[in-house]
Amino acid sequence: MDVILKKNLERNACLIRKGIIEGTFNAKSGHPGGSLSMTEIITYLYFKEMNIDPAEPLKADRDRFVLSKGHAAPALYSAMAHRGYFPVEELKTLRKVDSRLQGHPSMHYLPGVDISSGSLGQGISAACGMALGAKLKNDAFRVYTVLGDGEIEEGQVWEAAMYAAAKKLDNLVAFVDNNNLQIDGSVEEVNSPYPIPEKFAAFGWNVIEIDGHSFEEIENALENAKNCKGKPTAIVATTVKGKGVSFMENQVGWHGSAPNAEQYEIAMKELDKVLASLEG
Amino acid sequence: MSEVIKTATRDAYGKALVELGEKNPNILVLDADLAAATKTGAFKKAFPERFFDTGIAESNMMGVAAGLATTGYTVFASSFAMFSAGRAFEQVRNTIAYPHLNVKIGATHAGISVGEDGASHQCCEDIALMRSIPGMVILNPADDIEARAAVLAAAEHDGPVYMRFGRLAVPRIFDENYKFEIGKAVTLKEGSDVTIIATGLMVNEAIEAAKILEKEGISANVINMHTIKPLDKDAVVEAAKKTGCIVTAEEHNVIGGLGDAVCDAVCGEYPVPVVKVGVEDTFGKSGPAVDLLHIFGLDAANIVEKAKIAISKK
Repeated sequence: MDVILKKNLERNACLIRKGIIEGTFNAKSGHPGGSLSMTEIITYLYFKEMNIDPAEPLKADRDRFVLSKGHAAPALYSAMAHRGYFPVEELKTLRKVDSRLQGHPSMHYLPGVDISSGSLGQGISAACGMALGAKLKNDAFRVYTVLGDGEIEEGQVWEAAMYAAAKKLDNLVAFVDNNNLQIDGSVEEVNSPYPIPEKFAAFGWNVIEIDGHSFEEIENALENAKNCKGKPTAIVATTVKGKGVSFMENQVGWHGSAPNAEQYEIAMKELDKVLASLEG
Repeated sequence: MSEVIKTATRDAYGKALVELGEKNPNILVLDADLAAATKTGAFKKAFPERFFDTGIAESNMMGVAAGLATTGYTVFASSFAMFSAGRAFEQVRNTIAYPHLNVKIGATHAGISVGEDGASHQCCEDIALMRSIPGMVILNPADDIEARAAVLAAAEHDGPVYMRFGRLAVPRIFDENYKFEIGKAVTLKEGSDVTIIATGLMVNEAIEAAKILEKEGISANVINMHTIKPLDKDAVVEAAKKTGCIVTAEEHNVIGGLGDAVCDAVCGEYPVPVVKVGVEDTFGKSGPAVDLLHIFGLDAANIVEKAKIAISKK
């Protein structure tokens, strides 16, 4: 991977993480853990991969993004803000009355959100519909979605997985953010979705396993997906819940709780330190 | 006397989809392995490239319909009422209605008149479920003419629509010049003693009931409420003022359907006695559809009886 590109991505990932902390701290609620675990994925999509234009968020030929794990809205909003869809300052309005940044993404509140999501298991079906729409119109746009590893316990995910393979939706890429934790504990303890790659493979998908915090591996996986014809691609990304904020990492308690003032200061200091090292 | 034409509204749905498909290349139709029964098979035959079978997976079908709609298509998604409004309720609520997408749900086999398949397939709760979703339009046509008109109007409407169709062949009430407007009730007969507000296949029963009442010297006002939501509240209140009491008639649970909608409309504006004809909060059962309609009181005789009760409460 190009060194400058990598540094830029790392810098943007750090800024996006800061936005996640800023938003959830101001909201006094929200889901930082699963937002931080998918930060590299959304950074790569919004800053490198997707054909999008913040000045024209509804342009017809744009690539589509569906946050099937809608509770990670802080990651999506922060990526969109830093990409230029709206002022970064607005991240502080997360979850507040009349904010465009609803607790879970809403396409009517915020142009650029390609479909409202939040109820787990439903986003991937909508992503299938978008991919099918592209095929029907002979449009070249591609559709990306991010699922949680807990989310794939929802039966609808597998209805959609079966359908996407049956309809040969090779313009669809589904990331599984495999941070191994869901609200009630580890995904294994609660209702193990493992082995994840084998399940998607059995449903007829092209499956790639990566380290979800490695931009090189994300890049290679997306390249592989583009070259794969006749099958949708599942990228099963091993990630760390709460990644980038020391006290949040691998802690299930940070699934759905916001940092207090003291924790906010520590988190921002840690991220600023990373940012400074990247500026150097 | 000329023979009465009888057609199931689901048949009219299938034909109207083909008619729409011919005029509008932007129409897509989805089904969940019931194309032969929902009659979307007619569209499948005419436009195979614009028909998608999602298999027996209604939840996914609704999501796929929503995704397709975001790319600019008007999407008709079809299954039985039980699985469209019931199984896929939350997908309809969250992925279609909340984003206000152009998905038109063609729900067939609604109500008791499914017949022999029995309670598991006799959905008498769908209107209640769909009424509770903000922005959802609910159309429940009375015959094949109105069913066609409802499908064409749904395609023109901006946003989600739930269309309720039946399996049973029902008598034609309207003629080819019939004008249909979403949210606009149709007065079929003027009367002064009681108003019968009916929907779906109960409209014909209401007309029959009015004839029986007439013979007994009771003047019934008959309204066809093809749109349950948005309800034509003005028409309801006007009827309440005119006749002082109302009977509602629907092939649906008395909880949450047309009867409740009418009660809501009058209670704040002009309270009058409202007596409901519907399925009395019970599950259906197997049997010939026409027999079941009588067993569950979904007929003219019961409307007549309830009309007299309503009048007695004035």
